Amino acid sequence: MLSRVADSLYWMSRYIERAEHTTRLLDVNLNLMLDESAASADRRWQRMLHALGNPKSVVWAGDPYDLTRSLIFDTGNKASILSCIISARENSRQVREQISTEQWQRLNSLFLQVTRPELQLAAPANSEQPTEFLQQVIEAIHQFQGVTDSTMSHGEGWHFIQVGRYIERATATALLLEAYHADLWSQPEHVPEGNEYLFMMGLLRSATAFEAYCKVYTADLTPDRILEFLLLDAEFPHSLRFAIDNLQHALESIDNESGKSRAEPLRRLSGRLQAMLSYSSVDEILTGDVVAYLRGIQIECRAIHEAIYNLYIDYSVQAALAG
Amino acid sequence: MLPAQATQFEREALKNYLLDHAYDEMFSGTGVLHPHYEPLLEHFSSLPTDELRRRKQAADLSFLNQGITFTVYGRDEGTERIFPYDPVPRIVTANEWATVERGLAQRITALNLFLKDIYNEGRILKDGVVPREIVYSCKHFRRQMVGLQVPRNVYVAVCGTDLIRMADGEFVVLEDNLRVPSGVSYMLTNRRVMKRIFPQLFRSYNVRPIEQYTQLLLGTLRSLAPEGRPEPNIVLLSPGVFNSAYFEHAYLARQMGIELVEGRDLVTHNNVIYMRTTSGLRRVDVIYRRVDDDFIDPMSFRPDSILGVAGLFNAYRAGNVTLANAFGTGVADDKALYAYVPDIIHYYLSEDPILPNVKTYLLTDPKSRQYVLANLDKLVVKAVGESGGYGMLIGPQSTAAEREEFARRIQADPRNYIAQPTISFSRAPCLIGDQLEPRHVDLRPYILYGEKINVVPGGLTRVALKQGSLVVNSSQGGGSKDTWVLSQ
Repeated sequence: MLSRVADSLYWMSRYIERAEHTTRLLDVNLNLMLDESAASADRRWQRMLHALGNPKSVVWAGDPYDLTRSLIFDTGNKASILSCIISARENSRQVREQISTEQWQRLNSLFLQVTRPELQLAAPANSEQPTEFLQQVIEAIHQFQGVTDSTMSHGEGWHFIQVGRYIERATATALLLEAYHADLWSQPEHVPEGNEYLFMMGLLRSATAFEAYCKVYTADLTPDRILEFLLLDAEFPHSLRFAIDNLQHALESIDNESGKSRAEPLRRLSGRLQAMLSYSSVDEILTGDVVAYLRGIQIECRAIHEAIYNLYIDYSVQAALAG
Repeated sequence: MLPAQATQFEREALKNYLLDHAYDEMFSGTGVLHPHYEPLLEHFSSLPTDELRRRKQAADLSFLNQGITFTVYGRDEGTERIFPYDPVPRIVTANEWATVERGLAQRITALNLFLKDIYNEGRILKDGVVPREIVYSCKHFRRQMVGLQVPRNVYVAVCGTDLIRMADGEFVVLEDNLRVPSGVSYMLTNRRVMKRIFPQLFRSYNVRPIEQYTQLLLGTLRSLAPEGRPEPNIVLLSPGVFNSAYFEHAYLARQMGIELVEGRDLVTHNNVIYMRTTSGLRRVDVIYRRVDDDFIDPMSFRPDSILGVAGLFNAYRAGNVTLANAFGTGVADDKALYAYVPDIIHYYLSEDPILPNVKTYLLTDPKSRQYVLANLDKLVVKAVGESGGYGMLIGPQSTAAEREEFARRIQADPRNYIAQPTISFSRAPCLIGDQLEPRHVDLRPYILYGEKINVVPGGLTRVALKQGSLVVNSSQGGGSKDTWVLSQ
């Protein structure tokens, strides 16, 4: 597969995942906000911005609907949902012949739907509209992911899509947990108070994890179980461990198909991260520095991203001719 | 112009159908249909009111959702439009097509012989049939090609020739496109959409299939591979996603199952071209290039080009890679050279041209120039190296200021312009609102030349959708429709 194509599939997938994540965080927070006093609003929205990596040019100025509008529509902000969808679609357009017609049509009609000019004009501060819109976006993205799995050959290109998706998801989940650290895990002996239930609920729903968590632990929400579930559960698709397992699997498949002997540094990095998550226990993590642990995962993900580039996409011609 | 026993549909839909001196594809005279359009009108008459419009809307939506668009230059970046589509097919009889097919094969054969000749011995120039200065002053003449051998002596492997019909219905050649002709993907997708929206009508005609085009193209490219490369790696080189024809590049690559590459995907090493893949570098043998000569190799041509591949020309010269079309084919579709094509056909094939040319005035000739300058309001003036409807003056529709401007330009650089009489292209019925109205059309069939010559039965019928307009180019508000070549 052409390196440029791999690059575009990877980024298409990352942007889609990012759009979905941002959409879900907005949707969850707009919803939970209704149950909360105005006093805690600052904390909520700042925490959400933290979870999104504090995107440049977006600031919390006191109005949740202003913030929502800017996170949805502001194309000056690279992290806005609109920017992500445009970038995903632009990447897919460059590999139009590599993806299935169904994928392209689904993504293209999402693009046409969110870039309708009347949508931006008709998006004033209104409590109903954003929710409906956000749900439509999530639905469209789920459909896109569905046709990706069911209409595209599960070959190298599809594996690059998986790599993009899970590396983005792992990074975002680690950052999400980091954003909740101060509220949930900074004081281990702290007795839960009323608000905490809403925090925990917000966190779980931000990772679509509320129902899955309840199936494992019942509706009895505790900070350490939540951390365990979102970090170490092997079966839940939005847990870190699941993301890294799948990332590792996709990288192995690519490695087999492309048959590179220079893959060693990448194998080492991803294998190490996978082992770390497979053999950690939540008690250990909680007795150590949780934030450092979460940041470590983000740093490893960045290193894996760079190793993928060095190996498959941006390699030097000399090295390739020699090897 | 209605038949005596017109149906309700015909009375409604045809009430504004205008016939004049231009050839009409549907009516042979007032109230008299060409027989091959009878089943079409009969079928349309059987549909409920509004049904035609409804089907057209369904087709438009399907084009938009599939992203079958082109990019309009010179406006906001990323302006994507669908290529306006007309749902009434243009029907060509088997007899008419037989002449067109022979004529096109004859023309591409002669033009390839011409290119081989001028880049090698130059016999036709020595014999004075084509003046040297016409060839050497052409900006598409590539000195770098002199003495270079190309596989099978095929310079033009893919050709799209623009035909129009005169008032008597005769097909004539308006323009040869020998560099990077485009539009074939619209021919193919128009057909697919037509089969979906008018399945019964389509079946009732015996329409010759065109779907084999991509396979024929692949075979053509394969037959041109460098010697000793039995399993050639064939790629399509595109300028990238911002090119107006990007949809077509992606479409053809996918249909042929070959890689769509951009300049940045290719590297040169020891005069061999490789593409960068996730499993390392892979050698490239044949490049179906959709990038103009000027931009293809910054080392040999325009140094500011970022679309090409440095060193590509040297690899080509070394015979390690084939380019289709070859470099320098533009000299043979120069609009001034066009006037000599009938002589070229005579010279190499000792045959009369099967498809005639349009009368063309070369402005380097003082007498012609004088005539043209005095009659600008009646003529069409074209810049010789331009395409896509740019750089044109249509005399009868021009303002005095435009004519003055062109007169000035012609006097400053007569070699750069030619003039032709204003021809009323033939008109074909198009759906305008709920009515059928005649609009001017041309026809661009596609010709492939590899081991042998293949003329795909059909082509892109382009329509000037604006009433009275003669410009069919998509960049200038034109649209297209499916072309049905009948098998009997």
